Amino acid sequence: MTETADFTLTSGENGDTLVFSGPMTVATLGGLDARLREIETPIARIDLADVPMMDTVGAWTCWRLSRDTGAEIVHPCEAAERLIGALEKVDDGGEPTQAGGLPVWLRVPAKVGDTVFGLAAGAVEVLGFFGQMLLATWGLLRHPGRFRFNALVHQMELVGVNALAIVGLMSFLVGIVIAQQGAVQLRQFGAEVYTVNLVGRLTLRELGILMTAIMVAGRSGSAFAAQLGTMKLNEEIDAMRTIGVSPMEALVLPRILATVLMLPVLGVYSAVVGIIGGAFLSSLTLDIPFFSFLARIREVVPVHDVWVGLFKGPVFGLIVSVAGCYQGMQVKANAEEVGLRTTSAVVMAIFTVIVLDAFFAVFFTEVGWG
Amino acid sequence: MTNPVLEGEDVLIRVRDLCNAFGPHVVHEHLDLDVRRGEIIGVVGGSGTGKSVLMRAIIGLQIPTEGSIEVLGQSITDARDDHEISIRNRWGVLFQGGALFSTLTVGENVEVPLREFYPEIGDELRAEIARYKVLLSGLPAEAGDKYPAELSGGMKKRAGLARALSLDPELLFLDEPTAGLDPIGAAAFDQLILNLQQTLGLTVFLITHDLDTLYEICDRVAVLADKRVIAVGTIPQLLALDHPWIQEYFNGPRGRAAKAAQERAATAGTPG
Repeated sequence: MTETADFTLTSGENGDTLVFSGPMTVATLGGLDARLREIETPIARIDLADVPMMDTVGAWTCWRLSRDTGAEIVHPCEAAERLIGALEKVDDGGEPTQAGGLPVWLRVPAKVGDTVFGLAAGAVEVLGFFGQMLLATWGLLRHPGRFRFNALVHQMELVGVNALAIVGLMSFLVGIVIAQQGAVQLRQFGAEVYTVNLVGRLTLRELGILMTAIMVAGRSGSAFAAQLGTMKLNEEIDAMRTIGVSPMEALVLPRILATVLMLPVLGVYSAVVGIIGGAFLSSLTLDIPFFSFLARIREVVPVHDVWVGLFKGPVFGLIVSVAGCYQGMQVKANAEEVGLRTTSAVVMAIFTVIVLDAFFAVFFTEVGWG
Repeated sequence: MTNPVLEGEDVLIRVRDLCNAFGPHVVHEHLDLDVRRGEIIGVVGGSGTGKSVLMRAIIGLQIPTEGSIEVLGQSITDARDDHEISIRNRWGVLFQGGALFSTLTVGENVEVPLREFYPEIGDELRAEIARYKVLLSGLPAEAGDKYPAELSGGMKKRAGLARALSLDPELLFLDEPTAGLDPIGAAAFDQLILNLQQTLGLTVFLITHDLDTLYEICDRVAVLADKRVIAVGTIPQLLALDHPWIQEYFNGPRGRAAKAAQERAATAGTPG
């Protein structure tokens, strides 16, 4: 459409007349509007004789001018008359609400305040969620028949079995890195043989379980949040509740239990694969044969390192799965929230896991399991 | 008289020989349909006869296996990607659930097509346009500041209509606009569509199961059965046909009730 709309302002003895020309449609009026709003002289008439075509945007422009200035609309074509009439009927004279933006010096403290109160309320809510979970567990203990065994096995497959490949690959590489970097440093003291201690103790006690927890938080914790969040948006969770199925029992508990059970298993698996990775590298570059490396592990790693790793497994599993399920169940409004909640679930899980891991490291050393 | 192909008329949508299939499941087989400029055409058919698929094919969301579709003189089936369909600013679509963008308010939803196609429109005018579109769709002005999650089902439909009307389209696609509305709300929605169609000169492609809507506002009704459009015409024309599905559809208990309601309304409307 090459034709554009335009207007001229002519003054006569009975006041000014605004004469429009050209088609007044959504496609032609964009540039005109700013100029129209600059007119400050009172307008007595709006002449539409030269307007061959009009849509509601054109009609709105005329109607707004006539409403605000009291101008009379003259020579409208039939379509214009009809459209302006229709708008006149629905318009209540109000203005669009402006997006209320606070000035910067207020917006920053307001944001900080919101965050603080949000954190406080969030802490209470997590506690509430945890309580609900314990109640549901208690209910299941009293009525074990209601326990969803199939759901548990399915989740164990998703969380545990399907993660074997990626966790294995990651652990193998981490084992290689520890052995390689450790050997470089220890060689300076002629103590390369202690690479075995380094790999064995680090993987069994710390890294195996920590890396696995981070991987499971990224793989499964995020999936829990996104699944439950989407179900919440689709009202599937409400539907379950009305059928008499408790979402806590059917959705949340199997996921949490599956993660709590599978994380220690994955952690031990990760440590074993990490040690194999270390042994593999040592046999290639350190002249420690593969099987002597494995035999040395038994001598240099105290058994309480395994207990420490196994103890942390279920705790981390609980944190990862509760974070995921809690964030998922909190979704209320829209698709964007599902994304935000999924992010929070992963961040909250990984952060808490690392803080607790630091605490455990100090704690177990202090109690003599150093 | 009830042939889906019109000869020598001002046709806005021309569907020829359309075939749609999902794997082995054939939805449409050699389907023809013409829609006149300025009419409200109702599309009916049993569940699963491909009414929504037909609409999705016409607006370019579903690539047909065969056939040609022309809308407003432009071929939809020859367009290789979305950008080639340059008539998108001349139609509006209301999806079944409203399909509002959930992270935007109703007003912002209405502004989206305006921003996309006419970025030169200033903020002030755009906000005013969004506001009167919301009012035109029969929503209160406050609804413009609400998020879709805060609206009832009927309000979402109206908000979806406001967005569909955002660019003053010539052609409006409505997928079951009155499904899920209460009878009063549905009747008001029918009147709203009729009103807008008359004021704005729209052509309306309307999928519906609502017999009242068909009697009340549709100029012609297209019947989908046996994988194609078996007949198009006014309801009396369709009733004159001897097709079992059409007879059952319009002469079933609900069909008779809707007809009676329309006759009552017609006699009450005539003075004296």
